[in-house]
Amino acid sequence: MGQSIEEINKEKLVEIKKKEHFKKLLEEKNNEKYNLIDFLHEVQNIYGHLSRDIQITIAEEMGLPLSQIHSVVSFYSLFTTTPKGKYTIEVCMGTACYVRGSKDILDKLSKELDIEPGQTTEDKKFTLEGTRCIGACGMAPVVVINGDVYGRIDVDDLPEILAKYE
Amino acid sequence: MSEITVTIDGEKVQVKEGANILDAARKINVDIPTLCYLEGVNEPAGCRVCVVEIEGEVGLQPACKYKAKEGIKVKTNTPEVLRARKTVLELLLSDHPFDCLTCAANLNCELQSLADQFNIRQIKFQGEKNEYPIDDLSPAVVREPSKCIACRRCISVCSEVQEVHIYDVLERGFPVVAGPAFNDSLLDTPCIACGQCILVCPTGALHGKDDKEQVWRALRDPDKHVIIQTAPAIRVTIGEMFGMEPGELVTGRLVGALKRLGFDKVFDDCFGADVVVMEEGTELIERLENGGDLPQFTSCCPGWVKFCESFYPELIPNLSSCKSPQQVFGALVKTYYAEQSGVDPKDIFSVSVMPCVAKKYEAGREEMNDSGQDRDVNVNLTTRELGEMIREAGLDLNKVPEEDYDEPMGHASGAGVIFGSTGGVCEATLRTVYEKLTGEELEDIELRQIRGEDFKDGEIDLGDGRVIRAAVARGTGNARRLIEKIKTGEEEYDFIEVMACPNGGCVGGGGQPVYSGYDRWTKMGQHYLKRAEGLFEADRQKEHRKAHNNPHIHRLYESFLGEPHSEKAQKLLHTGYTDRMLYTRDRLHGSKECNDGALPHCRQGEQT
Repeated sequence: MGQSIEEINKEKLVEIKKKEHFKKLLEEKNNEKYNLIDFLHEVQNIYGHLSRDIQITIAEEMGLPLSQIHSVVSFYSLFTTTPKGKYTIEVCMGTACYVRGSKDILDKLSKELDIEPGQTTEDKKFTLEGTRCIGACGMAPVVVINGDVYGRIDVDDLPEILAKYE
Repeated sequence: MSEITVTIDGEKVQVKEGANILDAARKINVDIPTLCYLEGVNEPAGCRVCVVEIEGEVGLQPACKYKAKEGIKVKTNTPEVLRARKTVLELLLSDHPFDCLTCAANLNCELQSLADQFNIRQIKFQGEKNEYPIDDLSPAVVREPSKCIACRRCISVCSEVQEVHIYDVLERGFPVVAGPAFNDSLLDTPCIACGQCILVCPTGALHGKDDKEQVWRALRDPDKHVIIQTAPAIRVTIGEMFGMEPGELVTGRLVGALKRLGFDKVFDDCFGADVVVMEEGTELIERLENGGDLPQFTSCCPGWVKFCESFYPELIPNLSSCKSPQQVFGALVKTYYAEQSGVDPKDIFSVSVMPCVAKKYEAGREEMNDSGQDRDVNVNLTTRELGEMIREAGLDLNKVPEEDYDEPMGHASGAGVIFGSTGGVCEATLRTVYEKLTGEELEDIELRQIRGEDFKDGEIDLGDGRVIRAAVARGTGNARRLIEKIKTGEEEYDFIEVMACPNGGCVGGGGQPVYSGYDRWTKMGQHYLKRAEGLFEADRQKEHRKAHNNPHIHRLYESFLGEPHSEKAQKLLHTGYTDRMLYTRDRLHGSKECNDGALPHCRQGEQT
């Protein structure tokens, strides 16, 4: 499979740590330290997403209806139900960016990476998202990749930018 | 509470403090349209169809939410108000399918009525529409999310009244829709199929499964011997579909209509209810005398049974093992009736008409085939479906001549009849149990102390120092509270009746006629009392009022079953229940827990 035993063990260790962290959070939830949204954020920080199983576990452990958990998760765009790639590309779709061509950028990226906005490439490298205004209208159109901001770009700049993320 | 005076369209009106503008307007017959508001249940002020102008307020205000204050002046039909309402409707319609002619809610849709009232002839806004697939996998409830206008009535009824919590708002903005978590099929949720969401949905987004065609097909087939059993509650509600008053007792005309539809035999499900009294009563006596699991819960209501299986599986041993009247009847039709009449049970097509959509689910439960002939009940129809069939056949229930039920399963005692109302099963059973235990006739045959409200209880003194403590709950929300009281030891009972439907049990069932308007829930709450009164009137008219005095029941036991709880009765009339706790089950049983997944309780084979 191309993975050494060390690599497999390392992955397992990461998984076990996530599980322990989650368990600890679930125990703490009784301290009324968390409201639901905070709690969901904490869990998403551990796993990077809130899958169906994670939501079911939270519903059971917090004694809340699953419909309510899912309602909150599906309402806020900051929650995601699918695992994200190594790099998340956010294309600002705010008004200023939009009129300066961010839709073309999103379409181009979508075509290049062969995924729809909201999806992740098969190799789990890139997640593509169109976001609401990020407040950098002076630099429109803006693309953010894992926190790195690229402003006043155009579709032709994209290959060079993407090449930086290997 | 003190009265206050408000002015509506120039007219002064006195209302109680805390009343909303709708209440005030209703008092002087001013009609304000509504869509999401459901009196007593749902008040999100989300649809904005009921907006009015209030002097001194900036912008239009929702009449459903705005509380009347002393001296305010309200205008309900200025050009601005009417334009705003029309725009709201046009926006709603721009994202709504136009299959009105074939929609389940055709001519009984609040959105359709408003489109008509506002004379909307074309939709100004053309654009994207939400298209969600229809979910018809549940045997009872069909969801058409594309017709959802996000009024949230189903959410409020399911969560706050029934406390089953299937629905919530999914997504936000344009694609918003009310539905189960992950927009799963209702089949994959702990939905108890009570159908209360159907009774409150303003459009055709939620409706019952339509099984009429199967029955028409059987009626057309000359080789089929088609029988139908009618549940107690039908006789006091189906009249409403033909313009009669709520609670009008139409037993004879109902039988007459069914014979004209072509059913070979028309039987009374109350006969099945009498058998249930015999079996369930015997079970209660056994539990009382031999130290069995108490309290014994009734099991007549499939919604309650599924609720118990899904949320309180630890109470399964407390559920009566006796099947519901529908299934008792179904098992007997293809055995006892077949034997008595000489009809080959293979040719019998067994139909039931129930005030309920959960009965559709129950008839389809895998284990309900004890007669050895495929399904004990082939098809279940709701009150609504039967009314539609009668109309389709060109019959008017007002004018159909009265006829009698057929033998040998057409005559029931008054005990069987009152099964259709909350408190009825409990009362019917106790009439028989009391007499068996004391050898004396129960003098006060109507146990008023336990007939009734949200949940009620009472004690029946057996005269020898023993009492039977009984309780009755209607609505699963009330049942939940009752169960919690028992769990904490606050209350102790021997016998508990639960009906899943909050408006009076079966008389307010999810298969009953659907009302319209924002006061439909209030109306159901008032009408169930009239409907129940119709049943208790039928009870009083009966020659025999206790199941064990019904000579037809005697004959059944003498010639076929032997005695209650005989081997044959056990096989045909009793059943078992399944732990259906959806999400925790895997974890509790430990069998599917995976050890090295990243989740504490992840299920095997499901990646997180």
